[in-house]
Amino acid sequence: MRISRTARVALGCVTAAGLAIVYVPLLLVLLNSVNTDRSFGWPPSGLTGRWWRAALHSEGARQALLTSLKAGLAATAIALVLGTLAAYAVHRHRFFGRRTVSFLLVLPIALPGIVSGIALNAAFRTVLDPIGVGFGLFTVVVGHATFCVVIVFNNIGARLRRIAPSLAEASADLGARPWQTFRYVTFPAMRSALFAGGLLAFALSFDEIVVTTFTAGPGTRTLPIWIYENLARPHQAPVVNVVAALLILASVIPVYIAQRLSSDTAGGRL
Amino acid sequence: MQTQARATTRTGPAVRLEAVTKDFGTVRAVDAVDLTVHEGEFFTLLGPSGSGKTTLLRLVAGFEQPTGGRIELAGDDVTGTPPNRRDVHTVFQDYALFPQMSVEQNVAYALTVRGVRKAERLARAHEALTTVRLDGFAARRPAELSGGQRQRVALARALVDRPAVLLLDEPLGALDLALRQEMQTELKELQRTTGITFLLVTHDQDEALTMSDRIAVVRDGRIEQTGPPVEVYERPATAFVAGFVGTTNLLRGEAAVRVVGRPGTYSIRPERILLTDPAEASAREPAEGSARQSAESSAETSADGRRTVTGRITDIVHAGAHTRFTVMLPYGDRLIVHRQNLTGLPESARPDGEIGLSWDERDAFPVPS
Repeated sequence: MRISRTARVALGCVTAAGLAIVYVPLLLVLLNSVNTDRSFGWPPSGLTGRWWRAALHSEGARQALLTSLKAGLAATAIALVLGTLAAYAVHRHRFFGRRTVSFLLVLPIALPGIVSGIALNAAFRTVLDPIGVGFGLFTVVVGHATFCVVIVFNNIGARLRRIAPSLAEASADLGARPWQTFRYVTFPAMRSALFAGGLLAFALSFDEIVVTTFTAGPGTRTLPIWIYENLARPHQAPVVNVVAALLILASVIPVYIAQRLSSDTAGGRL
Repeated sequence: MQTQARATTRTGPAVRLEAVTKDFGTVRAVDAVDLTVHEGEFFTLLGPSGSGKTTLLRLVAGFEQPTGGRIELAGDDVTGTPPNRRDVHTVFQDYALFPQMSVEQNVAYALTVRGVRKAERLARAHEALTTVRLDGFAARRPAELSGGQRQRVALARALVDRPAVLLLDEPLGALDLALRQEMQTELKELQRTTGITFLLVTHDQDEALTMSDRIAVVRDGRIEQTGPPVEVYERPATAFVAGFVGTTNLLRGEAAVRVVGRPGTYSIRPERILLTDPAEASAREPAEGSARQSAESSAETSADGRRTVTGRITDIVHAGAHTRFTVMLPYGDRLIVHRQNLTGLPESARPDGEIGLSWDERDAFPVPS
C-alpha cells in the first residue's frame, strides 16, 4: 500500500502519542522510585537509593511478595494441568457439547473481574465456610486459576491447531505406545506453548487485584493488594513506588519472553 | 536392507478385508468392501477424491475402526487392534516427519520406540537412508529438505524395520511431474527389491497403471473392478472404470446403434481410432448385409471388420506426445480421437475439416452399465 508522506508523518505522530500515553507514566513510576523528593516534585531534586533500601526492608512488602509468588505459582500449576487437558479434549476429540465446553472455558476471561469476584466470594462463603475452609491463600489460588486456565487453554489450543494430526498418527503407526507418542512427539511440539502459557498465566495472577479482593481473607495480602492499601499513606508512598517499579519489571519480562516463544513455529527451537 | 524377498512364514494373504463398512455419522465412506492383497504385491486403490480409498487405507493402518466387517493381516484378525500393534507402516500424504528430530532420528523412530540399542538403531537408519539415496543427510532437520527428499525420508522411516505391509497415501501428490515420474520408477524398484507388500492409494491413473501389479478401482465406497493394469484398462468392468482409467468414448443407447451398430453400452479408446482420408473411408467395400444397417447407422462395417464413418473436426488440442481431435459425426454423436504425433496426417485434419474415422470392430467393447 502506498501512503503519502504527510499521512506517514501523521500516522507516526499518532502512534508515538499513543505509546507515550501508555509508557510515560510507567517511566515516571520508575523515576520516582529514585526521586529524593518525598512528594514526587518535578523535576526530581536528586536521585537516591533510599526508597529501594526501605522497600527491601519492609516486612509487609516482603510478605506480600511471597504471597503473590505462592498464589501465582499455584494458580499457574493448576492452569497448566487443566488448561492442557481441556485443550487436548476440545481440539483432538469430537464429542457432544464440544463447542459449548470451549465457550464456557474461555468465558471467564471476558467476564468483568468484579462479577467473578462477587460470584466466587458468594460460592466460597456458602460451600467452603461450612466445611471449615476459610478465606485465605487457597481461595485466592482458586480464584486466579479460573482465568489462568483460559490463558493456557488458548495457548495450547492454538499450538494444537498447528501441529498436524498426522504426526501423532505417524508415531503410533511406527509402533509407539500412547505415552511414547506423548513423550517423543506431542510434548516436544507443545513445550514452548506450555512455557508461554504458563508465563502469561503467572503474570496475570501476579498483578490481579479485583478477584483477589473478593477471594482473599483478611490476613492474605498479595502485592497488588498491599500497594493499594499503602497508597494512601504518605510516608509509605515512595516505597509503594519502588514496589510498583518492581512489578513493572516482573510483568514486562515474562510477557516479552512469552511473545517470543509463541511466535516460534510449532515444535520450533525450544 | 536385504535385497532378497522376505521369507514367507505367514498363513494368509498380506491384507484381507471382509465386508468392511465404515460410517462417518450418516455418511457411508466404505460400503461392504471385500479385498485381498497378496504377499509381495504392489496393489493400488485408484479412485476419485471422496471415493473412500483413503478411509480404506486408514482402516488397514488402524487409524479408523470399521463400523462392520473384519480386517486381517497375514491371516490374523486385527479388527480393533491399535495402529502401534499392527505390522504395517504408513507413508503419509504430508509425510508427517517429526519436525524437532533430525532425519536420522526420524528414520530410527520405529526402532527407538521398540527399545533397540543405539548403535544398531543408527546402523539400520543409515542403511535405510542409503536405500533411498539420502545417506549424507542424516543430521539435517526435515525443514531443511526439499519435497522430494522429505518423501524419501518418509519412505526410509517406514521401511527401516521392514514392515509386512507398507501403506502409501497419495505419496507423490505433492511432487512436480518430473520428480513424480522418477519416484514412480523408484517406488516400483524399491518394492521389487525389498519384497514388501505395497498398498498404495492414488487418484492418478498414470501412477496406478505404471506401478501396480493389481489395481482396485474405488467409487462411492465400493470396489468397481479389481485386476492387473492391462485388464482394467483394456476391459473395464463398468462404464465408470472405462471413464476414470484413461479417456474413453462411451456410447449408449441410440448412439451405440448409430456408431457401433449394436444396442448396448460400448467403450472405444480414443487411441484405437484412426484418422483417414474421407474419400478413402467411403470407398471401402461394405460388408455383406450391412446395407440394411445404414438406414439407422452413421458408420459402416467394411469387409475386413473395420468400422468407418465420416465426420467434421470441431476441436484440435496438441498434448505433447499426441494430439486430441474432437470429431462430430452425423446425428450429433461425438468421438474423441488420440493420434500419436507422427508424420502423415490426412490433409483434411484441420479445424472444420471433413475427416474419415476407422476402428477395428473389436475395439468397441461392451461395458455393463
